[in-house]
Amino acid sequence: MNQMEQLKLTFLKNLEGVTTLQGLEDLRVRALGKKGDLTLLMKDLGQKTPEERRTLGAELNALKDVLTTALEERKAILEEDSLKERLASETLDATLPPRPRATGNIHPLSHVMDQAIHIFGQMGFVVAEGPDIEEDFYNFTALNFPPDHPARQEQDTFYLPSSTTGQPLVLRTHTSPVQIRTMLKTQPPIRIIAPGRTYRSDYDATHTPMFHQIEGLVIDKHTHMGHLKGCLEEFCRLFFEDPSLKLRFRPGYFPFTEPSAEVDIWWKGSSWLEILGCGMVHPNVLRNCDIDPQEYQGFAFGMGLERIAMLKYGIEDLRLFFESDLRWLNHYGFSPEVRE
Amino acid sequence: MRFTLSWLKEHLDTKASLEEISEKLTSLGLVVDKIKNPGEALGPFTICEIVEAEKHPNADRLQVCKVQTGSDVIQVVCGAKNARKGLKAVLARPGHIIPSTQQALKVGKVRDVESFGMLCSSEELLLGEASEGIIEVDPKAPIGKSYAEWLGLDDPLIEIEVTPNRGDCLSVHGIARDLAATGIGTLKPLKAAKVSSAFPCPLTLKVAPEACPYFTGRVIRGLKNGPSPEWLQKKLRAIGLRPISALVDITNFFTYDWGRPLHVFDADKIKGNLSVRLSKEGESFKALDEKTYTLSDEMTVIADNTGVISLAGVMGGESTGCDEATQTVFLESAFFDPIHTSITGRTLNIISDSRHRFERGVDPLSTLPGLEAATQMILDICGGEASKVLVEGQPPYEEVEIPFFTVRLETLGGLAVDSMEAEKILRSLGFKLIEDETSYGIIPPSWRFDVTQEADLVEEILRVIGYDKIPSVPYGERPEQKPLAPTQERRFVIRDRLAGQGLTEVITWSFMSEEEAKLFGGIDKHLILMNPLSQDLNGMRPSLLPNLLKAALQNQNRAAEIIALFEVGPQYTNPTPEGQSLMASGLRCGLFNQDTWCEKKRPVDIYDVKADALSLFELTGLSPQIETSGPSWYHPGRSGTFKFGPQAVGYFGELHPRVLKAFDVKGPIVAFEIFIDRLPLPKKKTTAKPKLELSPYQVVDRDFAFVVAQDITANNLIKAVVKAEPSLKMSLSIFDVFAMGNGKKSIALRIRVYPKDRTLKEDEIQMISEKIISSVEKNVGGALRQ
Repeated sequence: MNQMEQLKLTFLKNLEGVTTLQGLEDLRVRALGKKGDLTLLMKDLGQKTPEERRTLGAELNALKDVLTTALEERKAILEEDSLKERLASETLDATLPPRPRATGNIHPLSHVMDQAIHIFGQMGFVVAEGPDIEEDFYNFTALNFPPDHPARQEQDTFYLPSSTTGQPLVLRTHTSPVQIRTMLKTQPPIRIIAPGRTYRSDYDATHTPMFHQIEGLVIDKHTHMGHLKGCLEEFCRLFFEDPSLKLRFRPGYFPFTEPSAEVDIWWKGSSWLEILGCGMVHPNVLRNCDIDPQEYQGFAFGMGLERIAMLKYGIEDLRLFFESDLRWLNHYGFSPEVRE
Repeated sequence: MRFTLSWLKEHLDTKASLEEISEKLTSLGLVVDKIKNPGEALGPFTICEIVEAEKHPNADRLQVCKVQTGSDVIQVVCGAKNARKGLKAVLARPGHIIPSTQQALKVGKVRDVESFGMLCSSEELLLGEASEGIIEVDPKAPIGKSYAEWLGLDDPLIEIEVTPNRGDCLSVHGIARDLAATGIGTLKPLKAAKVSSAFPCPLTLKVAPEACPYFTGRVIRGLKNGPSPEWLQKKLRAIGLRPISALVDITNFFTYDWGRPLHVFDADKIKGNLSVRLSKEGESFKALDEKTYTLSDEMTVIADNTGVISLAGVMGGESTGCDEATQTVFLESAFFDPIHTSITGRTLNIISDSRHRFERGVDPLSTLPGLEAATQMILDICGGEASKVLVEGQPPYEEVEIPFFTVRLETLGGLAVDSMEAEKILRSLGFKLIEDETSYGIIPPSWRFDVTQEADLVEEILRVIGYDKIPSVPYGERPEQKPLAPTQERRFVIRDRLAGQGLTEVITWSFMSEEEAKLFGGIDKHLILMNPLSQDLNGMRPSLLPNLLKAALQNQNRAAEIIALFEVGPQYTNPTPEGQSLMASGLRCGLFNQDTWCEKKRPVDIYDVKADALSLFELTGLSPQIETSGPSWYHPGRSGTFKFGPQAVGYFGELHPRVLKAFDVKGPIVAFEIFIDRLPLPKKKTTAKPKLELSPYQVVDRDFAFVVAQDITANNLIKAVVKAEPSLKMSLSIFDVFAMGNGKKSIALRIRVYPKDRTLKEDEIQMISEKIISSVEKNVGGALRQ
């Protein structure tokens, strides 16, 4: 066995016994390092004849390739083993709860208001607004409430000291004054909804001194009661997510609409539930807003947001909407949405 | 308004079932609230006759009866002493629910003798108090018939809601008229023959026209007042009225039957002459409800020489009230003005059936016929003789013609209606029609104050036909546009942002206590409610924070440890529309987070709410300036004000310890308030952004720790650093702040420099560092920490 054979056998045997990367490096240095066995043999080549140098050189180079390849293969195995060992020692319990991210909730009334706005939005309605503190004129007089008429008292109005111009001031008892404000500053056609806070001095299981309404108003030359029915049917069916929801329109009374109607929905196959009031805008109201009732007509409606929220989400106690109880809000609230 | 089915049928000739009538009422706009049949629970119990009664073989106190049910004879064991042969009794059969126990009766053996039913006592049927023995039914009663029906208990009570415009339907006759118009029956006319009078009215009467436009009355003498007859008592009891005496019951009957309130005075108690006039401030009046009222000016009253004896249309007086001894009465029938009556009733807070009708309008033409019909009933029941009638004034009713084109039924009402049908409906409701070639002139009847124009007539016809007949038209023409303007949409975006920050939305009252508001700048006197529900809710809030604090307190009391709330809503500085500001305000209280395996809990601090507030400023695309310190309700040294130019757009900080104490709430509490409408709208998203230069050169990081005086803000220091080399692009982060004592603090910064056109050399970096240090020294008196 020549020296090269011997070197190769010893190297490969030692290589098998190596278990660490350091051991592998030591082995590499012993064979291929500056003073390694193979390196020394290659240095000896210089003293050989050109003929010997050519044949021996080729053999030595071949041997170097064999050793290098064997080294690399062994290294790969050792690295793989070492990685496995490391991975085995560094586990995390994936079932632990994640790092907490605080999220709050949106109040169900805001959620319902948002839904209502978007359903009416698809029908071409835009949102109009008015102040909570209203002049008696907008809240009552212009809406055709006769002075001292019982209907005016039925609303349990909150009063504020009269304005400097002597106008009695009230907390609006409904969102209907927005109709007047809109008609006074906009030429028909008009198609608005007005969601907002409303106030009546009543506080018991079914009344709160503050509540929310959404008002609707359409004024043009041809809208009639059939359109009113179509519009509210579409809204109720979309809002309550029931395409066959039954509605009942029956005569009602509001000073600012004529004909007037109350709308009931057939709820869970058991009873009619009143959900809103509506009607064709009273000619006196149009006149009060300088709109000629011979030329223009339209409809108006108003509904309580708490009422439709309670029905849709099975909320039982009205008062809890305003109690700010986090347990209730976490249960009935909604996750924030990403909006444009 | 309540009435029974049998009462209705006295005015309406109909074969319609209760269900049909109920549906029609609702469809007419007289919505049925409830229908109750008091006889329902007694329905199964029938009248029977005991044909044999023998002693029970095994029990002394029991009898074994053979009972004729009408279809067969059954054996019943009975323990009542009064059970005897020939007695008519009330029979319960197995399976029937006994009202007193709510249990079904079973077939059973009583001491070895089978019993196939039970003879009932009035206690068992809940018809009376504890009694001896079983019910003894009238010997004339038919065997086999329902006992409740025979008693007349089987008469459904109908309760409807009457809208304020329909005073005419506060009477059974008015309701019957509406029903007749739908075609389910025929209206029976009211009977009101003139009563022949024996003598002139002995009272003199003076009526001030401004107090009452139309007043009639007469004396009836020689009558005897006592309990009213059973039929009348039964009627009143059925609708929940307590029978009092014949005279009172008769007037109550006309209130409900005709919708025509009347009043009877004991004429022997009237002193001197009668006058109908307006009251004077301070006059006193003792009413039939035994309360004494002090009147103000301009209430319509009926007075004699002693003073006020009746509040017209509202309530009679005690001094002239009728009792058993009454022999002579003055019967009043008048038209009292709705507004006047309403003001009087409201001012004195008197609720009565009479006021309820007069303030909605009582048919002026029913005044005299009502007087005659009531006189007749008094004569029939109480006897006596009637005087001639006193009449003052004229009924306030004029026939006014409303032009009407039936095409409006279609163009306004959405339903094409045949003219003949429309005519028929209007006529049956009492309208008069004057026909023209193309249109009608319609004259509303005297009881319909609410019908004055075309739209009213459209409603009349449509409600009789039924709104359900109007075809619904799918909503056409849908302009493509967003329902919310950007400023409106933003409120919803703000809600979502704040909820995303971990805050929960609440909605609290727009009002609060004036007293508590003092800590928040107070409430302008023009914003104090004149009729608050309570002193706790008597003014319009100047800030959302007090109500949020109360909400926080309530949640603290429920053991919540992490409380983070916000509200988007109005606050008020004055009563004009401009005085109402839309706010996004929130607070955090107690802990920011709970202990978890990966994070330790910590209390909230002002930097949490600063982050909440800044998340909203992100929407504007602009950064506000921040000034230290906020309004008085914040901790002066731990708060800040957000500004755009000179205008404050919001505040944040820790709440003042004084506020926490006043609200009895545990701190720390940090809060923010943002004036939503003062936030500028962001630039359009379509606008190009500034060009981005991506430098390929190595960035340089350097850390500095500066010692500065305690009152130097982080912002001052950052400004000083940036000033050192304004052209240099750099970013800054503060990674440590601590107080050193001696009025000094240390602020440590990491500065990252982004070279523009080449990699910076060590000496260049050194030079930048020195510039920064000297700028900090010069501008804020800081030095590198040694």
